[in-house]
This record gives sequence, structure tokens and C-alpha cells, in this order.
Amino acid sequence: MKRYSVFAIAREALRYHTGWERAWRSPQPKKEYDAIIVGAGGHGLATAYYLGKNHGITNVAIIEKGWLGGGNTGRNTTIIRSNYLQDSSAAIYEKARSLYETMSQDLNYNVMFSPRGVMMLAQTHHEVRGYLRTAHANKLQGVETEFITPQRVKELCPILNIDGPRYPVLGALWQPRGGTGRHDAVAWGYARACSAMGMDIIQQCEVKGVRSENGVVKGVETTKGYIGCKKLGIVVAGHSGQVADMAGFRLPVEAVALQALVSEPIKPCMDVVVMANTVHGYMSQSDKGEMVIGGGTDGFNNYTQRGSFHHIEETLRALIETFPMISRLKMLRQWGGIVDMTGDRSPIISKTPLGNCFINCGWGTGGFKAIPGSGWAMADLMAKGEPGPLAAEFDMWRFKEGRFIDESVAAGVAH
Amino acid sequence: MLLIECPYCGVKAEETELSPGYEAHLKRFGPGSTDEEFEAYMFARKNPKGVHFERWRHAYGCGKWFLAARCTATLEVFGTYPAQVGEPPADIIEKIKARRPDWKGYK
Ligand SMILES: Cc1cc2nc3c(=O)[nH]c(=O)nc-3n(C[C@H](O)[C@H](O)[C@H](O)COP(=O)(O)OP(=O)(O)OC[C@H]3O[C@@H](n4cnc5c(N)ncnc54)[C@H](O)[C@@H]3O)c2cc1C
Ligand SMILES: [Zn+2]
Repeated sequence: MKRYSVFAIAREALRYHTGWERAWRSPQPKKEYDAIIVGAGGHGLATAYYLGKNHGITNVAIIEKGWLGGGNTGRNTTIIRSNYLQDSSAAIYEKARSLYETMSQDLNYNVMFSPRGVMMLAQTHHEVRGYLRTAHANKLQGVETEFITPQRVKELCPILNIDGPRYPVLGALWQPRGGTGRHDAVAWGYARACSAMGMDIIQQCEVKGVRSENGVVKGVETTKGYIGCKKLGIVVAGHSGQVADMAGFRLPVEAVALQALVSEPIKPCMDVVVMANTVHGYMSQSDKGEMVIGGGTDGFNNYTQRGSFHHIEETLRALIETFPMISRLKMLRQWGGIVDMTGDRSPIISKTPLGNCFINCGWGTGGFKAIPGSGWAMADLMAKGEPGPLAAEFDMWRFKEGRFIDESVAAGVAH
Repeated sequence: MLLIECPYCGVKAEETELSPGYEAHLKRFGPGSTDEEFEAYMFARKNPKGVHFERWRHAYGCGKWFLAARCTATLEVFGTYPAQVGEPPADIIEKIKARRPDWKGYK
């Protein structure tokens, strides 16, 4: 793999850009691998990357039914933050956020991580109390956040209307090192690095069945034939229930649609990310100038990657009091992704009833920010067969045992 | 937009008139049940990609809960029926079989 650098750009500029190589290979599957990861989204690719980088396991295939990064990883609104309430959540999201800080250098790929600051508005007294509590928890967890006044909110984001008659801004939970990143680049950067380590990324190949004997996985049936493996990692987000079903177990997960939309591009007007959870909406401005807007999930089981139009209307209606300027904006594009929601709105990184099969899912509406931390923890679990400290509490049996990691109070909304 | 007929008032209601209520025909477990039963009832939903039996409420109409059979992969609605039944009625099952010959059946 040739390194990307300023010298490479200069060199290629002098020879009509004929020397750029493909970022990753497109190989045919081998008969067997030490590990197979199903799903080439951010979490699957990051898992493979850290299997190679941290554990020296490189005889790995990542199998993807569509194109890599074409699932939720390429459909999200890219908010990165780690201001969670529960200790186990804060630990893994902060690990991920800190890995984002150096990801471009680590992968030699510009993922455009932009720590522009994330604020979560408090628009009811209940939220003020909630965020004060989270700010205190974050202090103890070593996550840098602060509860700020409405005046400071207005300074940081002048287009906000803080005196709304219905939902005045009473303060905000501010994480100055939160922000956004380029979602495709995260998938592409990991893919390029995995391919360079000799891993096979097999696209347009759907896993149709899981072959196991005596509680041990032998391999997977795919649209490109049977592929054997010593270890299997299932990292398929919205389709986790289906693939778990092939492996013979049921997950406490439901698939629903989550939508987002962007406006026409306008001049820079907002350089922070704002989330307004009471009204179920959030917004940031992309480098192209579009206002990137998201809301809550649609309310019924859905695998179609498209949501209901009226949810978009609801999101915009809710945001207009807080951002009056968007009332005149034209919205350009809208899309949906299928998110995997668990009962406590926290993810699952877990062993399964099959000895050598592991699952990573349940990131729901908020897993882009977690990609590097989740991949790190999942690689650890797959390499050692036992979870490390980051993953320990996220096992799938917590629902049976009543050990919930209840973030739904603090983060029940999309983000 | 989903159009679902309320079996009580016969209105073909738009989605904005309805509130979704997720999986139907859950068997409820209470005190004295095992952890497995309780988990299954509380969290382990069927979550199929395909035929799904689910609850809806005609929230801005008659206000009543009813049940619907719908495909989660295409959003096709096969039919609706009152909430006071323990299992999907035979005519709904027939309708689904006609539309989805490879459907594995209810349960
Ligand atoms: C509209 C929207 C906005 C969001 N906003 C944010 C945000 O601002 N911040 C944030 O942190 N998170 C956000 N999220 C959530 C985030 O996108 C996801 O949690 C995250 O991308 C999940 O990554 P993943 O790798 O697990 O899944 P995916 O990227 O969905 O990857 C799973 C892959 O598995 C493949 N697959 C499925 N079944 C099979 C099979 N049988 N065989 C082979 N391959 C298969 C799929 O094709 C897919 O490519 C948002 C999500 C949506 C939909
Ligand atoms: Zn009715």
C-alpha cells in the first residue's frame, strides 16, 4: 500500500494522477479463514482492523452483502460524543472518541474528524436536572463536559432562539471535544488498512446460513458458496436478528427505520453540533454547507431503509422554534437506515450460545461515534474468547439477569 | 405512508392517525416466572424480516387497540382484526399464504 501524503499529491499532480492505486483489493473468497466478520460497516471493519493491529490475526475475511459502508455507516449524521450517564457506556464511547482524535494519522486516511463541540440543549427543568447529573457523572468518569448557561449557548450558536415560548433554552450539556467525522471515510480508511494487512473484503456476498456442529461454528453459507472459519463475528446492525436466527439463537433486538435529511447548501452559520432531545431533533452544518438534520425513529418494525414522510415533518416542525432560520430552507434529500434497538438502548458485544461465535449489535441510533471503541472491544473478545473491561457489561444475557445499562433516559433520541 | 383499516370503525386510516404498538400475541408472564420466560416476554421479540403480527391503536379515531398482519420487508398490510383474539384468525392466515407461498407460518 502506497502512503497518502502531500508528496504523493505533488507526485501525482505531475503525472496526470495515473499512479493512484486501488484503495483495497476485491478478492475471491478462500476456502477457510481464521476469522470471518459478517458485515462491512464501520463496526465490522474496525473489528477486523484491530484483530490485525492489536492481536496479529490477519487471516480474516469481511463479508458484505452490499457494498462496504453502505449500511448505517454511510447513512448517519456523524455525531461523535461520549457524554453518557452510565460508567460502562462512558468508558467505551470515550475510548472511541479518543481514537477518533488520531484516526486519520493511524489509518493514513483523512476521516475529517472535526471536534467542533456538541451541545445537548436542556429545554425543560427535568432535562436541566438530568444533564447536571450527567455532567457530574462525566467528571467522575474523566469525560470532559460542562453544564453551560443559556447565554453561553447563544454565544456558541448565535442562530439558536433561546427564548422560545414553548421550549426556552435553559442551559446545555456541552462537550467541547465532541463533533463530527466523515462517515464514508471511516469505512474506507479501515477497509484500506485491512486490505493492506492481507485481509479479504468480499462485497456483494450475502451470508445465507451459519453451519455449526455440536455448538461450534464451522463456516457460513453465502451467495458465493460455503466459506469455513475458526471464529465468526456477526456485526450486521439492522439485520442482526436474521443472522442470529441463522445461527440458531434469538436476540433482544428490534429493527426500525431512522431517517435523516439535508437542506440546500448555505453559507456557514453554525460551527457546533446542537441536539434538542425534548423536541426530538438535532442539527449540524456539513462542510458543503448543508444543514444535516435528524430526529427520532419511526415507531414500527421495518426493514425497508425508508421511513415515513410525516416523521420528517415532525422533526422540522419541532426544530423551527429553536432554529427559526430553517423555516425558509429547502430540504434537498432524505434517507433512512435500519437500526437495531435493544431494550435498554445500549449495545451488545457478547459471546453467544455457540462457542466460537460472537456478536456486536444494538448500536441503534448512535453507533457511528462508537466505531473505533467497539471494534477495539470486539477484536479483544474474538481474539481471547473472553470480553475485556470495555465489553464486559455489554453481554446479551444482561436482559435475562436484569443488569440493564439504561441510557434510554439520557439518550433515548437519535444521535 | 401506511394505510391500515381499523377493524372497529372500518376507516382506512393513515399512519398519522394511528399509534404503533409493536409485536402482538405476546404471552405475558408475572411473578413466579423463570428468568427465561420473563426475558422472552419483555425483550426477545420475533423481529422478522417478513410477515409480522403487531398491535396498532386507532389513536385519533375510535381510540381502540387492534391487531394487524404486515410485511416488514415491503410494508404490505395483509389484514387487520380485533385485539380480543389470542391467535391470528384463519382468514388472515389464508390471505398471507396466498401472498407469501414460502412463509413458514405463525409461531
Ligand atoms: C439516519 C441515521 C442517523 C444516525 N446518526 C448517528 C449519529 O449522528 N451519530 C452516531 O453515533 N450514530 C448515528 N447513527 C447510528 C449509526 O449509523 C450506526 O449505529 C452505525 O453506523 C452502525 O454501524 P454498523 O457497522 O454496526 O452497521 P452497518 O453500517 O449498517 O453495517 C452492517 C453491514 O452488514 C451488512 N449485512 C447485513 N446482513 C448481512 C448478511 N446476511 N450478509 C452479509 N452482510 C450483511 C449490511 O449490508 C451492512 O453493510 C445513525 C443512524 C441512522 C440510520
Ligand atoms: Zn377505529
